[in-house]
Amino acid sequence: MSVDKIWVLAEVTDGAPITTSLELITAARSLGGTVEAVAYGDDTASVAAALGAYGVTTVHDVGDLAGSLPGVPVAASIAAAVEAGNGPGAILFPATYDGRDIAGRLSVKLDRPVLTNVVDLTEADGGLVSQHAIFGGTQVLSARFTGEGPQIFVVRAKSFAAEPSGGAAAEVVAAPAPDTGASNAAKIVSRHVEERTGPKLDEADVVVSGGRGLGDKDQYVLIEELATLLKGAPGASRAIVDAGWVPYSHQVGQTGKTVKPTVYLACGISGATQHMVGMKNSKNIVAINKDQDAPIFSVADLGIVGDVHKVLPQLIEALKARS
Amino acid sequence: MQAMNVVVCVKQIPDPAAPPALDPGTKNLVRAGKLILDDSDAYGVEMALQLADAAGGGEVTLVSMAPNGETSGLRTALAMGAAKAILISDESLAGTDALGTAKVLAAAIKRAEPDLILAATESSDGYTGTTPVQVAELLGLPSVTFAKKVEVNGDSVKVERQTEAGYDEVECPLPALVTVTAGVVEPRYPSFKGIMAAKSKPVDTLTVADLGIAADQVGAVGARQEVTDVAEAEARSAGEIVTDEGEGYARIIEFLEQLKVL
Repeated sequence: MSVDKIWVLAEVTDGAPITTSLELITAARSLGGTVEAVAYGDDTASVAAALGAYGVTTVHDVGDLAGSLPGVPVAASIAAAVEAGNGPGAILFPATYDGRDIAGRLSVKLDRPVLTNVVDLTEADGGLVSQHAIFGGTQVLSARFTGEGPQIFVVRAKSFAAEPSGGAAAEVVAAPAPDTGASNAAKIVSRHVEERTGPKLDEADVVVSGGRGLGDKDQYVLIEELATLLKGAPGASRAIVDAGWVPYSHQVGQTGKTVKPTVYLACGISGATQHMVGMKNSKNIVAINKDQDAPIFSVADLGIVGDVHKVLPQLIEALKARS
Repeated sequence: MQAMNVVVCVKQIPDPAAPPALDPGTKNLVRAGKLILDDSDAYGVEMALQLADAAGGGEVTLVSMAPNGETSGLRTALAMGAAKAILISDESLAGTDALGTAKVLAAAIKRAEPDLILAATESSDGYTGTTPVQVAELLGLPSVTFAKKVEVNGDSVKVERQTEAGYDEVECPLPALVTVTAGVVEPRYPSFKGIMAAKSKPVDTLTVADLGIAADQVGAVGARQEVTDVAEAEARSAGEIVTDEGEGYARIIEFLEQLKVL
């Protein structure tokens, strides 16, 4: 089970590799051996320098996908390299919408299992051991692959810090996907960008999240207003996403985003294990909940036992008065 | 209008309200107690029922895998309106990983010859989140994950797929597999009539051998991944707890000032 060579999926948005990919490249570097990247899109060459700066020596460029969702063609390109004997010992995927798709497709093509929700990776006995936060992050489970073949890991955002190595621009090698037939028939017809005024949820310095304790959908404006006043991003617990109050993109937790802001304000959130995994590594946590036994208070640096319908409007008024 | 057959992959999981536990020997999640329908799957079931209605007819078939013959979660989905269920139940399935699960589900789904396969983006107990796409790949079908909206037009499906920036509109010919994010439809509550009817709806129980899958592909033997250790995580110490008597907001402002967020 050699890990002499690790590949990382380098997802590119707005002309730059995403932070999670850079985090994984940094982690791969520390695990020893060569680090190479897999990228796709119409201008992969433009990120060769950015990827090289983090230690990538070679970029395997699947090229423009002509509207296809990345899952099938990118997995097919990687599988072709593995079958030709040029594959890596391990492949790290960011836990993104596309990263998960590609990992799943690749798993079947190579008949290798996948370990997902990875939050740390270490080397042991010549192989890799992955760590997984379970039961709301109260326990850490370690796992590894048995048997031969590339080890496929899907890693959560913010599991590692991204640090440049000062390397030269990576060499770009064309790695077009072989024909994948009917399985590649899903095509993107149009892309829609939703307006966002503040910072991105997973990059914000302050995150204000609301939960079921808000009582009903209309009360979520309190969360949005407070987030705006604190120049932060609004988030949500799974309960109110499931209830259809806010879109899935707002969800913080196991099923949603991992956030590590300077301050996380949990408003009317009880602190189900599902939610805790996504926010318990925030630098500071403030919780407002009327139930003094709510689990969220066990991780809060400041806990206010009170009614969000009273505390939030007072907080909003006081902040407005300051500005 | 043409009738459309939809398969929904559903998982029966330990009640999330009960504290979860790992088997000390195998380190697998304990699933010995009563299992219920994963909440995440109710959205797929609801969407399947709505799509079959909109198509002017067709059947919704549930496909599920469980090591112990459990059907109570399936009855919940049947009570919502699904027509029938295929349950793959076999003692040898205990400890099966996501890829093994996908192989079993794919073999069972193939029998139902669906036009569309729906699944949740991930389960609420294991959270692996790769099984649906693995099923699609095993069946040689296209897939669209993280759907916010699904519309079937004849022999193709139009999906609004969640992205970091917003959503993509994706078109895909049928048959195809689509995973549905939670909250996109409002799952109906089973009516009394539905609950009564569900009791007599067919649940076809199959074994791994019935599906022609080799025993070494499933269970702990087929898993090819293992848990090496489970340890307590570093605990975060609890901080200051204040009961709000009208001044709670001021304490928050003070705290934010200390952190120089204000």
